[in-house]
Amino acid sequence: MDQVDFNAPHSMGTTIIGVTYNGGVVLGADSRTSTGVYVANRASDKITKLTDNVYVCRSGSAADSQVVSDYVRYFLHQHTIQLGQPATVKVAANLVRLLAYNNKNNLQTGLIVGGWDKYEGGQIYGVPLGGTIVQQPFAIGGSGSSYLYGFFDQAWKEGMTQDEAEELVKKAVSLAIARDGASGGVVRTVIINSEGVTRNFYPGDQLPIWHDELESHNSLLDILGAPEPMNI
Amino acid sequence: MTKSLDVPPKGGFSFDLCRRNDMLEKKGLKAPTYLKTGTTIVGLVFKDGIILGADTRATEGPIVADKNCEKIHYMAPNIYCCGAGTAADTEAVTDMVSSQLQLHRYHTGRESRVVTALTLLKRHLFNYQGHVSAALVLGGVDITGPHLHTIYPHGSTDTLPFATMGSGSLAAMSVFESKYQENLTREQGVKLVVEAICAGIFNDLGSGSNVDVCVITKGNKEYLRNHLTPNPRTFVNPKGFTFSKKTEVLSTKIIPLKEKVEVIEGDAMEE
Repeated sequence: MDQVDFNAPHSMGTTIIGVTYNGGVVLGADSRTSTGVYVANRASDKITKLTDNVYVCRSGSAADSQVVSDYVRYFLHQHTIQLGQPATVKVAANLVRLLAYNNKNNLQTGLIVGGWDKYEGGQIYGVPLGGTIVQQPFAIGGSGSSYLYGFFDQAWKEGMTQDEAEELVKKAVSLAIARDGASGGVVRTVIINSEGVTRNFYPGDQLPIWHDELESHNSLLDILGAPEPMNI
Repeated sequence: MTKSLDVPPKGGFSFDLCRRNDMLEKKGLKAPTYLKTGTTIVGLVFKDGIILGADTRATEGPIVADKNCEKIHYMAPNIYCCGAGTAADTEAVTDMVSSQLQLHRYHTGRESRVVTALTLLKRHLFNYQGHVSAALVLGGVDITGPHLHTIYPHGSTDTLPFATMGSGSLAAMSVFESKYQENLTREQGVKLVVEAICAGIFNDLGSGSNVDVCVITKGNKEYLRNHLTPNPRTFVNPKGFTFSKKTEVLSTKIIPLKEKVEVIEGDAMEE
């Protein structure tokens, strides 16, 4: 049996998703942070605010992604003050990319930047491991994303409504959680559009049941029933 | 015959003992391992604030080096931090950030906030890329409310309503996961923390001895050192200790120090 190594880097196995729809973007993530095989935090929030209108989904090393998003939040704050108006999603994504690319030898984090601005509307930018920046209509990342490439090829379509997009993200994260050991916990979504930001939270019992999954219970006693009393 | 010049000793480090250590290691002597606090440390948020708990065993490999060490470190009057990992690292990093917080308090004139301590700690630990082996549970109550955070050696942090760290964290977490609820009273909270630490003490070899508890509420803190001592020494010599050679006191002279600062009521400065 593996000994739990508390000095193992804290990594977020993760499933992260960002999807554009006709009016904004929907970001989604699971909530598991693992240290080796131990789940260090089963309810973490991997969708971090950079500015009022731009959020980032973090995956990979927990420390590296937290530090990068802290620096970008600080730079964007300064930039907003100097510019005099909200920063665009493109600027935010490029700041993330510059940090990720110029420190590529020392960082191990994949990020998805998503937001809404008045010039280009809803945009999603993927910034994977080497520090590339790619604007995409939807982006997936993290260890759980391997199980979602086929799903998105089939289920993605242009011009979805807000509800369709959120359903898609919720379904995708829950599928990845079912198959990826390093993803789990709850599904968190963040919807960003011209009106503002909405955060949603879906615990395990509100997610659909997939092939061979059992229904969730609050206690094993529900399934097993009361144990028989011992006789001496 | 050439005489070697006597070179006067220069300043700086002397590496003379390194050769001796190398020679000893080659002869088979094992270098002593660094002191680790095997540890069970926990924290939880209750109705009025934060409760932190820790065991008191410090280990050096398989040996218990300190049976009653203090793992709950002072950071600020309203913030305390439990430390697991290498004892020197947790002591040093909490002392350092505690000083920085004090300077910051003088600078701003305000009570320290938990997020300040959190950011100072995580920046330091990230800069050392995990080589400063300190895993911390930071808790406190400030003007924005009660906060509880865990900080890992690589610099990542989590914000949680209840947290455990150290080798006994799995045992303690099992207690919290079964019994934690929101809005516990002080008695219930302390009882749960004690139960979690005891789970670590009795089921983890790296944790043991006594339970330390620290309760922090708005405007008040209680550091309950050795709140529970479930591991007393079984066989104690009834004679006790006598130290034979007593130091003889020949004479006593007490000199009061001068008063430090005299505050004089003065006139306000005028332009």
